[in-house]
Amino acid sequence: MTDYNDSLDLTGIACPNNFVRTKLKLEEMEPGQILEVILDDGEPIRNVPRAVKEDGHEILKAEKIDNKWKILIKKA
Amino acid sequence: MTEYNIKELKSGGLMKQKEKDIFSLRLRIVGGFVKSEQLIKLSEIANKFGEGYIHLTTRQGIEIPNVNIKDFETVKKELAGVELQMGACGQRVRTVTACQGKECSHGLIDCLLLAKEVDKKYFGIGGHPHKFKIGITGCPNACIKPQENDLGIMGRLKKRFVKENCNYCGLCAEICPVGAIEVDRDSEKILFDADKCIGCGDCVYSCPTDAWRKRQEGYAIFVGGKMGKFPKLGVKVFDFIETKERVFEIIDKTLEFYKKFGNKGERFRETLDRVGVEKYKNKVS
Ligand code: SF4
Ligand code: SF4
Ligand code: SF4
Repeated sequence: MTDYNDSLDLTGIACPNNFVRTKLKLEEMEPGQILEVILDDGEPIRNVPRAVKEDGHEILKAEKIDNKWKILIKKA
Repeated sequence: MTEYNIKELKSGGLMKQKEKDIFSLRLRIVGGFVKSEQLIKLSEIANKFGEGYIHLTTRQGIEIPNVNIKDFETVKKELAGVELQMGACGQRVRTVTACQGKECSHGLIDCLLLAKEVDKKYFGIGGHPHKFKIGITGCPNACIKPQENDLGIMGRLKKRFVKENCNYCGLCAEICPVGAIEVDRDSEKILFDADKCIGCGDCVYSCPTDAWRKRQEGYAIFVGGKMGKFPKLGVKVFDFIETKERVFEIIDKTLEFYKKFGNKGERFRETLDRVGVEKYKNKVS
């Protein structure tokens, strides 16, 4: 298991609010710290990891648990 | 009508309104991109010579309604000062439409650049049986609706797989819109069906570990789309054209084909349906 510094449960949060909240949370964090984000499948998993990558952060892990996805983001 | 008017009418972009001597001026706009200084000038012209507004066309164009023909030369000069020209009407290659392409996060090609090049080479060219519309869209999301054009161009991507990077998380399989990828986590295998893939690049841009990487960008080509009284969607004739040069060659040969085989007054789709898509493909291949 990879440890993380902070976590956001974005279940039920639609695009693009889920990404906006991810972004705001990352802004509060220090470079190198790790954020865990829980996303619904469908549009959220289609959009959020891509947008996070575009902002230059690293995605360490993506894992599907039932109908949700858990992703670990390392802040750039 | 005086001889002068007839000559101007033929040069394109002047559309007669119901009122005597009043015209709507259609401008040559490429892909809906308009500079701010041009917008300022358009506002001035619409206030001075029109009725204070412009009209945006469905093909991303601009028209200035309610201009008296006597002011036409003056307006044309003012437009030229901000690099704006009159548009095309009639049996010509019309306004080239384009989406944001490079500025959109899904964009796979530089639509504006390509639209400018296509416009430069083909805009206003006549001599074929009917009008000819070209639209350029940055990715398979098809926002510019390339399938509604006589010839539509769509950005596409080919990718490669870096096995060592993959951790078999399954994200790419989850998001692929056409189910072209299967991930077998237990045996650590990826199955990719290239025939299903539409080249959207979603897997490349979402893969956490950069296991899917862009190999090359290219272009899909659609032909025979039209709207109007009898709408038809264009059909895809080329899946992946690798170079711009080849895209231009296809446009050249398509216009040649249309001139040669099209009956008077016939839209390109009608020519295609009559002569056959296979014959067309042979001629342009
Ligand atoms: S077609 Fe693709 S690149 Fe163009 S605007 Fe739509 S999503 Fe963006
Ligand atoms: S998203 Fe990337 S890492 Fe995950 S299974 Fe697909 S190729 Fe492998
Ligand atoms: S490029 Fe698009 S269609 Fe092709 S495999 Fe990737 S996600 Fe699927």
